[in-house]
Amino acid sequence: METAVFIVCAAIVLAGALGVVLARNPVHAALSLVGTLFGMAVLFLNLEAHFLAAVQIIVYAGAIVVLFLFVIMLLGVDRLEDLSVEPITGQRVLAAIVGLGTFGLAVAFLVTSDIGLPGQEALTGPITDQYQYSNLRQIADVLFTKYVYAFEATAALLTISVVGAVVMSRRIARADQAQEAPESQEAAGDD
Amino acid sequence: MVTASWYLILAAGLFTIGAVGLLVRRNPLIMFMCVELMLNAVNLTFITFGRELGDIGGQVSVFFVLVVAAAEVVVGLAIVVAINRRRPQATADDLSVLRG
Repeated sequence: METAVFIVCAAIVLAGALGVVLARNPVHAALSLVGTLFGMAVLFLNLEAHFLAAVQIIVYAGAIVVLFLFVIMLLGVDRLEDLSVEPITGQRVLAAIVGLGTFGLAVAFLVTSDIGLPGQEALTGPITDQYQYSNLRQIADVLFTKYVYAFEATAALLTISVVGAVVMSRRIARADQAQEAPESQEAAGDD
Repeated sequence: MVTASWYLILAAGLFTIGAVGLLVRRNPLIMFMCVELMLNAVNLTFITFGRELGDIGGQVSVFFVLVVAAAEVVVGLAIVVAINRRRPQATADDLSVLRG
């Protein structure tokens, strides 16, 4: 059963990832990203990471992709991109070489190391601690004790990023625009 | 049976697709989505190793990666919106100067 779930979800994840890279329309790419994230959440369930599967759906598929779609609609960049031309000569060949090198090195590491090679015993059961806590309680147990400073730092990080987003998306003051009037002429359709 | 290395190979493939997409595509939004793909591949690796080693720390790491990814998307999309206000339909190739 775990094998069947893995194969189906791996197909969904890889198809969604290829959809993101190959889609000409940004909206289609965002919807492919939802497929990838959903398949990834089911894989998390397969790996007994129940809390993160829920967070994956809520945060990634629910918030981040919606933010992407919102920006796509806001900017009106839902036009098709011509993928047949290669802006920099040889770029795709080099990118393919880099990709194959990355993948090859990762697989070579797996083959030469002794962690979980194919044919060894399968993953069985969830992670257990000495108290037999559930997955969520195990995470909370270390998150609020061992990693509590990192947890507080993420609060600061989120606050700073929200402030930064507000500052950057604010309209420029009028005096600044008068100074840059010649530049805005070449950028047709600005504002 | 599914062993840990199947998950790790899947994660490596997903990371590769994201990296190639980041290198090839010109649209800043698509490039952000490719970064998300790469982050997800690393998340899968974290959880697989965490389960293989019986350590919950892998899942806690993924939790932090999720938070950082959310912050990154917020700031990155704000930059995209700010750049698009100044130069509509700009691709990554057009943005060779930082002052926008």
